[in-house]
Amino acid sequence: MNLDLVWSSLPRLLDGLVLTLELAVLSLAIGLAAGIGLALLRRTGGAGRWAVDAYVFVFRGTPLLVQIFALYFGLGQFEAVRESVLWPLLREPFWCAVIALALNTAAYTSEIVRGGLEAVPRGAVEAAEALGLRRAAVWLTVVLPLALRQALPAYGNEIVLMVKGTALASTVTLLEITGIARQIASRTYAPLEIFTAAGILYLAINLLAVVGVRALERRLAPEARAAARR
Amino acid sequence: MLDLFSLGPRGWGDELLSGTVVTIAVSVLGFVLGCALGLATAVASLSRRLAPRWLADVYTTIVRGVPSLLVIYLFFFGSSGAIMFFARMFGYTGFLSLDAFSVGVLALAVLTGAYSAEVFRGALQAVPRGQMEAGRAVGLSDGQVFRYVRLPQALRLALPGLGNVWQLVLKDSALVSVTALAELMRMTSVAARSTGQPFTFYVAAGILYLLLTTVSTLLFVRAERRVGRHLAGVRS
Repeated sequence: MNLDLVWSSLPRLLDGLVLTLELAVLSLAIGLAAGIGLALLRRTGGAGRWAVDAYVFVFRGTPLLVQIFALYFGLGQFEAVRESVLWPLLREPFWCAVIALALNTAAYTSEIVRGGLEAVPRGAVEAAEALGLRRAAVWLTVVLPLALRQALPAYGNEIVLMVKGTALASTVTLLEITGIARQIASRTYAPLEIFTAAGILYLAINLLAVVGVRALERRLAPEARAAARR
Repeated sequence: MLDLFSLGPRGWGDELLSGTVVTIAVSVLGFVLGCALGLATAVASLSRRLAPRWLADVYTTIVRGVPSLLVIYLFFFGSSGAIMFFARMFGYTGFLSLDAFSVGVLALAVLTGAYSAEVFRGALQAVPRGQMEAGRAVGLSDGQVFRYVRLPQALRLALPGLGNVWQLVLKDSALVSVTALAELMRMTSVAARSTGQPFTFYVAAGILYLLLTTVSTLLFVRAERRVGRHLAGVRS
């Protein structure tokens, strides 16, 4: 392996880094909000629960690539979609990738949040009610913060999965890290070096994400907060 | 619409079915090979010596930290170079390359190896120490203790985790379509393009994948029940 080639390809791959980060951050943000919403909807029971379970089943049971292709290549099949106000958005590979990634991570996130919600001790809720807090206040100040803190380690894994998932955007013509790497590799016939360089970038992003989530976990740990108050 | 999916020359039903068979074949072979690799990696990561531990760590960290698609591209674009490098050492200078199926199996095996290593490692560690000590006490060698005492118990504990890894691999196998291997995803794309009805076909592919993941979940649950049947009625 030619190490010089690895180093010299890094600057060009950095052009794709911005797009990779945009895809990851946007889809994670939308997916987190939607995932929390889905987890709450599931708790209403009945039809809400059924619909969320079906959604999670479909999006977790099929490959992300199928979801992206169905959105990007598939939606144009319908005249109604092509004539709708959303078409300028849905025609763009960038937005198709963001929407597909967001829909996918929303399904996984809702399961992670559900686990967090189930771990909230009943006593904490009862204590809040005993203090006379309204229902909304109980949820916003007691249940959700406890649940999200509990869910944080699992969500860290989901962040890593999504960063890796953005590579699929290269299959719908987007030139993020993997897209650029494939372009350079087919031009220079040095796939090992180029994909190694791309791999280093992904490892760096994921390492930063993991370190960031760990730091947040430590900050939110009850012992740490008690120590800080002292 | 139904004749779109009919079998025979006019419909795409037989193409999708043959694609499904290739998807199952490439996934199962990659998964089985990868489980062997994962078990070896787990044993290495529990070694007393530094070098195997370090090697296992580097392998799992790298593969788990980069996109599966990148691993598949690396094998797709890089495998012929690697093969020719070794062939040249034996004096062969012609062009050699792997077919798309072998590339798919190898790439999925490397992915499975990294993901299953953690599962096997946890399972091996979960076998109580006393079991191995008892094995030594009845006069088994280290190798025999591993083979007859530790491994069988660890495999039972690993089964649920391996079920999750299988789901990942089955879904990752769709990415092998970038090598033009005629698996389900590739056949679907061909059908989508030539019929002009992409949404219909991608949804059909989604349903087939859903069927595969659901059936395999049921099979893993049955397998778990089977290997745990001696524990039925035992309270832990």
